[in-house]
Amino acid sequence: MSGHSTYIPKSDLARWFESRLPIIGLIHSSFIVFPNPRNLNYWWTFGGILAFMLMSQIVTGVVLVMHYTPETTLAFDSVEHIMRDVNYGWLLRYAHANGASMFFIAVYIHMFRGFYYGSYKAPREVLWLLGVVIYLLMMATGFMGYVLPWGQMSFWGATVITSLFSAIPVVGNSITTWLWGGYSVDNATLNRFFSLHYLLPFMILGVVILHIWALHVAGPGNPVGVEKKSPKDTLAFHPYFTVKDGFALVCFLIFYAWFVFYIPNFLGDADNYIEANPLQTPVHIVPEWYYLPFYAILRSIPSKLGGVIAMFGAIVLFAFLPWLDRSPVRSGNYRPVFKIFFWIFVAVTLALGYIGSQPPEGNMVLYGQLLTAYYFIFFLVILPLIGLFETPLPLPASIAESVLSPVKPPAAPAAATSSAEH
Amino acid sequence: MATETMVEPTRRDFLFIATGAAGAIAVGSIVWPLIDQMNPDASTLAAANTEVDLANIAEGQIVTVKWRGKPVFVRHRTQKEIDAARAVPMSELRDPATDESRAQKPEWLIVIGICTHLGCVPLGHQGQYDGWFCPCHGSVYDTAARIRQGPAPYNLYLPPYKFLSDSKVSIG
Ligand code: HEM
Ligand code: FES
Repeated sequence: MSGHSTYIPKSDLARWFESRLPIIGLIHSSFIVFPNPRNLNYWWTFGGILAFMLMSQIVTGVVLVMHYTPETTLAFDSVEHIMRDVNYGWLLRYAHANGASMFFIAVYIHMFRGFYYGSYKAPREVLWLLGVVIYLLMMATGFMGYVLPWGQMSFWGATVITSLFSAIPVVGNSITTWLWGGYSVDNATLNRFFSLHYLLPFMILGVVILHIWALHVAGPGNPVGVEKKSPKDTLAFHPYFTVKDGFALVCFLIFYAWFVFYIPNFLGDADNYIEANPLQTPVHIVPEWYYLPFYAILRSIPSKLGGVIAMFGAIVLFAFLPWLDRSPVRSGNYRPVFKIFFWIFVAVTLALGYIGSQPPEGNMVLYGQLLTAYYFIFFLVILPLIGLFETPLPLPASIAESVLSPVKPPAAPAAATSSAEH
Repeated sequence: MATETMVEPTRRDFLFIATGAAGAIAVGSIVWPLIDQMNPDASTLAAANTEVDLANIAEGQIVTVKWRGKPVFVRHRTQKEIDAARAVPMSELRDPATDESRAQKPEWLIVIGICTHLGCVPLGHQGQYDGWFCPCHGSVYDTAARIRQGPAPYNLYLPPYKFLSDSKVSIG
């Protein structure tokens, strides 16, 4: 995907094939000789980790479907059957359930990496938007997957989340009935969620291919945010980045395996080992951890429609980042003011996640409201203003210079350059 | 730039528009079944009425029955609960409704047991008004199942029901 392929087929068969479908050349130019910025740090390894996690979810998922039954009277038992009777069923299910969490850990790191280093800025806006689409599809997939074991949290999580749509004026109730295929979450709902839970990961795969295509048009960004200019700024994908990505993946897999083998239910909810009961709501409903910050925002707004708008708005704001952040400098390393507010934002998001996990009582509600306010003010006011008033630190002339002869930034940023292209 | 030449519509223009229109209708008539199949099916719509024997419900007791997959609360209200509900001025209510409009017979309150916020099942005999309290996001309902506090916008909904006799009610 980067100009001409330098691949030279070695055998007659390879030559015959390449002249009919030049896919090996494509892979060669994209993942073997592709010139990556030489200064990529470990935050850049999460893309590869995400690709691995998607494949891992698809493989474990397809295998689980061989034993799972999407029917309200059988679903819960079929999952227990997977856990107790199916050979290695416990491993497959724990790998899939914890795999979803690992997938989200990786995607959040990947997104905040992009946020800090300004990866969404021109010419990478479409790349960023495709990423937001993947994230939305992941949220939908994870949500519908969690409904499948048909435990109490599956059922009540599904009820609360689908009821969000009933907040829409006039047509809200018809939409919820349509989503349910009945008057409550029931067998029709479980069946369609199963169908979509199977489908969406393959749609994610399609968008991932577009995402990588867009990535290889502009090339990846890098920690200093200065574009690559000469071959001195780059290193070949293989072996330099295959090895770096591979090492990071192995470390990540150790972390993943620790969850699967030692604390497989740590991120789950005990209530989900109780079969769904439509007549009894658990005392305290919490969604999966990866939705908690947004759940906290939902509960902070004391109006039904307002809460739903704020919750979806908080997610959609990510898509507008390229236009909210007006600073010409990409990397947070050279943006002293941005950096401060960015880390406050990270802390606020984590705190919102904690509040989302607590019962909405006492001071929790107030804290949630204050943090929600910061969340929105950061995106809509602080970020655009910093872009106008901040004086960035001087940027290195090139990636090679930043690596080979790093200059200490002067104390007073008098000679500040204002463009990332310098 | 405007050139004043009026081009007569040709046969090709007509065919172009006619084909486009036919194509749009064809796409619409294929897409609609794909969307409508997700709506409640005939067996769900036909779900039978639920009959409840009131003789078994003691004064003060709330019984939950299932109707159309949803919980319905049948509450045998005490005189104190009825009086409390009737004493509330309309101006204090978020979704104003008189107690009389909520119960065909004052001692029997029959409501759909689904919080109008996001669909949880509220807990009976709890909350400040001793009506219902929703554990999910803290909505509080009074003894006429009217919303009094918390995020829910409406009172608990009333299902259609009629008394078959003094001790039997049919919901649906
Ligand atoms: C984007 C990738 C995916 C994510 C994030 C994801 C997420 C989830 C989650 C959170 C659960 C609930 C786990 C539990 O608590 O038991 C689940 C269950 C399930 N998923 Fe997936 N999934 C993905 C891909 C797939 C695919 C591709 C298939 C099938 C082809 C699949 C089939 C299943 C089945 C059968 C279950 C029910 C069994 C169980 O609960 O363990 N999943 N999924
Ligand atoms: S569902 Fe009852 S308060 Fe939210």
